[in-house]
Amino acid sequence: MAVIAEPVAKPISRYRFILDRREVLEAVLVAPAILYVLLLVGLPLLLAVYYSLSAYTIYNPTWTFVGLANFEQILQDPTFLDTLRNTFIFTFGSQLLGLVLGKFGAFLLLQPFPGRKIVRALIILPFAVPVALATIAWQWMFDSLYSVINWTMIAAGIITREDAPNWLGNPYLAMLCIVIINAWRFFPFAIVIFLAGITAVPQDVIDAATVDGAGFWRRNYQIILPMILPIMAIGLIFGIVFTFTDLSIVFLLTMGGPGGATSVLGFAGFQTGIVSGDVAHGAAISLFMLPVLLVVVIFMLRFIRRREI
Amino acid sequence: MPQPIARSLRGTGFVLGVGFFVILAAFPFYWMVITAFKQNSDLYDVTNIPFWFNEPPTLEHIKYLFQETLFARWLLNSLIIGVCVTAITLVTAVPAGYSLARMTSRKGEALGIMIFLTYLVPPTLLFLPLSRIIAELGLQNSMWSLVLVYPTFTIPFCSWLLMGFFKALPVEIEEAAIVDGCSLFGAFIKMAVPLSVPAILTVVIFTFTLTLQEFVYALTFISSSDQKPITLGVSTDLIRGDVFFWGEIMAGALIAAIPVAIAYNLFLDRFIAGITGGAVK
Repeated sequence: MAVIAEPVAKPISRYRFILDRREVLEAVLVAPAILYVLLLVGLPLLLAVYYSLSAYTIYNPTWTFVGLANFEQILQDPTFLDTLRNTFIFTFGSQLLGLVLGKFGAFLLLQPFPGRKIVRALIILPFAVPVALATIAWQWMFDSLYSVINWTMIAAGIITREDAPNWLGNPYLAMLCIVIINAWRFFPFAIVIFLAGITAVPQDVIDAATVDGAGFWRRNYQIILPMILPIMAIGLIFGIVFTFTDLSIVFLLTMGGPGGATSVLGFAGFQTGIVSGDVAHGAAISLFMLPVLLVVVIFMLRFIRRREI
Repeated sequence: MPQPIARSLRGTGFVLGVGFFVILAAFPFYWMVITAFKQNSDLYDVTNIPFWFNEPPTLEHIKYLFQETLFARWLLNSLIIGVCVTAITLVTAVPAGYSLARMTSRKGEALGIMIFLTYLVPPTLLFLPLSRIIAELGLQNSMWSLVLVYPTFTIPFCSWLLMGFFKALPVEIEEAAIVDGCSLFGAFIKMAVPLSVPAILTVVIFTFTLTLQEFVYALTFISSSDQKPITLGVSTDLIRGDVFFWGEIMAGALIAAIPVAIAYNLFLDRFIAGITGGAVK
């Protein structure tokens, strides 16, 4: 501690002097992060927009400007409209299912019971494990011949081996499969979000409502639900963004099949832009995500603001 | 209805409900374990009961994985990628989080939200232009491309997480250090950073798990087997033509999934606090 008492006789360099100004130091510290993000997110985003307006392919990398021609061609393609529809079904179907499961799961996990920690750890698994690995586990469970789900249904006498469903070979079932997997992946997230929200509601507010004669349902839907709405919205926004732009589940499970029945935007963009090398059309397909993302971002900003009040 | 019967009915319903959720969540992993240790003759016999071992369990699949495939190489690749990305993230996100937390007025908050929003820009929107940038840099088909690109989502997320943490750190500690002769920068390095070790540890764990979970960029940029990270290798490289080696695939998925699952369970609350931006107090 003696050091502190002595006058510090260091050579005062210009550099030190500049760093001792608060706003300069703040700018210097935040600059690398901002630079990184600008160069590798901002710039590519602009590049993606430019690609979509050009005739760029990997075989003919020209920067010829073609205006909105790519978008017009895409919109005239009936399979693209199917892809768009699939993306919405996939996103909202799985989020809805995930939310319902999450609400019930949170309701159960709210009560204390022996082994709750272990149960919670097990229920978190689907959200924790890399989605690509979980998807191939599901692919094995949906196998056309060795499906454990079919085996169980056959053993239970619900179906016979002859009319056992071919999960990934039937267009409707394949869509159901990707919705189920995604809902399965997100419901633990929904549970945790619900739990975090509910435990943050002050007990005295609930007590006051009870004293004033509010019953179970009233407490749940008129007191607790409005209070946890902002945090739920943030969770849902994450779910929507990551589902709407997902590629891995469809790529690994169905390859968009059968017959394009499960093709989603991310997958179509990948197939056109990377596999076929038609960068311009691929970028245009991917950019159809942007309106949804913008809406979501606006909501996000509103909820982050509201949170502070 | 008499009280005890109603109570026991509710108890049974509760147990059934919890059981349903546990089976729903954990069954695919149970299935991975069972498949990974089953003999092939047991695995591909539809007359066997699939839920348990009908023949003695075997380590054959795991042995095959390490001896006949590039599995060990993929593990090493993932480790190298994880370590490098974590280093880049720490060097940029710790100062950024600190700076955003200490900025006066609403400028810091606004800038923080902007950085965080870039976390929501999806890989499927950026992979085309990024693959072009990667090619320009001569990194195509190399795992170093992932080291370059992964920080684009770890930096925003971790800056945001650390910003919340530094905000909770009393500014008086640094002011005291400055009064005692510390420079502004010294107050950050010698006071704020040592006090934020728990938060930095969280960032390390999350950066690592986020790199392990990533799939889209790896799929886009890398096609040579020996450059693949573990998630991509297991899910795309163990399939020969149309033949799926389910025992090996499930064993590989299991080994890759276990560390991530443990890390998540330990740090889940902080992750949620990060995502919701401290909406939970």
